[in-house]
Amino acid sequence: MEALGLDVLLNGTNALRLLGGLWVSVQVALISVLLSLPLGMLFGVFMTWKNPVAKVISRLYLEIVRIMPQLVLLFVVFFGATRVFGINISAELASIIVFTFWGTGEMGDLVRGALTSIPRHQYESAEALGLSKPQIYLQVIIPQAMRQLIPTSVNLITRMIKTTSLVMMIGVVEVMKVGQQIIEANRMVSPNAVFGIYGTILFLYFIVCWPLSMLASYLEKRWAVA
Amino acid sequence: MSEPTNANTAAFEPLLRIEHLRKVYGEHVVLDDISLEVAQGEVIVIIGPSGCGKSTFLRCINALEPIQGGTILLDGQPVSAEAKNIAQIRQKVGMVFQSYDLFPHKTVLENIILAPMKAQKRKREECVAEAEKLLERVGLLDKKDAFPRQLSGGQKQRVAIVRALAMHPEVMLFDEVTAALDPEMVREVLDVILDLAEQGKTMLIVTHEMSFARAVADRVLFFDEGVIMESGAPEEFFSHPRTERAQRFLRTFTFDAVKHHAPTSDEPAPLFDD
Ligand SMILES: Nc1ncnc2c1ncn2[C@@H]1O[C@H](COP(=O)(O)OP(=O)(O)OP(=O)(O)O)[C@@H](O)[C@H]1O
Ligand SMILES: [Mg+2]
Repeated sequence: MEALGLDVLLNGTNALRLLGGLWVSVQVALISVLLSLPLGMLFGVFMTWKNPVAKVISRLYLEIVRIMPQLVLLFVVFFGATRVFGINISAELASIIVFTFWGTGEMGDLVRGALTSIPRHQYESAEALGLSKPQIYLQVIIPQAMRQLIPTSVNLITRMIKTTSLVMMIGVVEVMKVGQQIIEANRMVSPNAVFGIYGTILFLYFIVCWPLSMLASYLEKRWAVA
Repeated sequence: MSEPTNANTAAFEPLLRIEHLRKVYGEHVVLDDISLEVAQGEVIVIIGPSGCGKSTFLRCINALEPIQGGTILLDGQPVSAEAKNIAQIRQKVGMVFQSYDLFPHKTVLENIILAPMKAQKRKREECVAEAEKLLERVGLLDKKDAFPRQLSGGQKQRVAIVRALAMHPEVMLFDEVTAALDPEMVREVLDVILDLAEQGKTMLIVTHEMSFARAVADRVLFFDEGVIMESGAPEEFFSHPRTERAQRFLRTFTFDAVKHHAPTSDEPAPLFDD
């Protein structure tokens, strides 16, 4: 135990504190994901519009999301908002804003990909059968798009959860920050805690993300259309 | 005795009346002033070189393409991509495409009953019963719970035909439905269409299978460069095509027997060559 630095976990409320930190991470991720999914669906449909203005906006948004490191976005929103607009937002709120901004862009691109991957003759044969536009989308297009979308968006969700480890940089006391605090406090007594604690955090992230990635590959197999 | 006027006018009014149809893509005139009347129960076969507008013509009849001139009347009702009740009009026209276009996420049975249930609001049990009867007729009842990916190309096309028939269309359009099939599967699909012809279904068929065209057609239309170059009874058309274009087109389907020449000069010259 001591060699691995796991003993610190059993000291006082350390284990509970770590779990509390994990809960903060999961909360930030969960709220961002819940906001990103519907917004991303809307954005994805918007991205399929042929209107040139819509195209430029979609393109610009997606490029910003892709190019800007999440850490820079966090700094811009958290410190920038305070300085420039004089509004004081909490670090948690800033994190949720950035993650939702990011998630909506990525989700939108997944939705766009799913919608455009459905061959034109699927629309046409449904039309030829005399189905109405809403019926075509509800019965033919969306079910097929979903089959492609769910595995890829589960992957996006795990990426979002993992990336929440960045939010400690703007002062959110999430699992990484709690871990750091525990390590600092025990540096003298138990120098190996640095391994034990970070190892535990690694394990916690694994516990949260692994079922999701299993789910994704299960759905991918189950819905494979070939 | 008074004439049964209803029956009489019905006999004179064609099921499908197309007048001066014009279809343009940008500068390119794809269909130019096409007029055609199709009677109830008539089987029309359309042939012609690639790119002459056969597919486009069928797609116009189903309002999958907007047209730039002329009128299409089905049962006296205008067919137009802009019409508000276009979904209803399309229910009267069944279409089967060259590409296999079954819905991959639905079973064979679900593919067939989807449109009757959703678009025609018919009862599920009734639709299932009819679907099973139709599947049995094309020899695929045992595949009703299979997914399209589990079927061969020929089986998929037979299901696609059944799916269109389940809507009780007044006219069926077939666009080269066997063109993507392996040769040994062509027959099973064509047999289904022949069967429909025997039952008196009104059909417009685009095909490159000439002996099938000859067997199934009441009338053959030869399209070239967006116009109907020639039209007539199949025996007449295939044995004595009038236009030079049609003659040339039909020649591409026949092969002269190969004459076996002496292959190379190092062979001794034939003795009887004098
Ligand atoms: N969406 C489109 N945009 C522009 N041109 C098109 C479009 N669809 C078809 N065309 C053109 O219209 C012409 C007729 O095409 P169509 O598909 O009707 O020919 P076809 O007779 O069915 O040929 P094939 O035997 O190869 O199937 C072709 O020259 C084609 O290039
Ligand atoms: Mg064609």
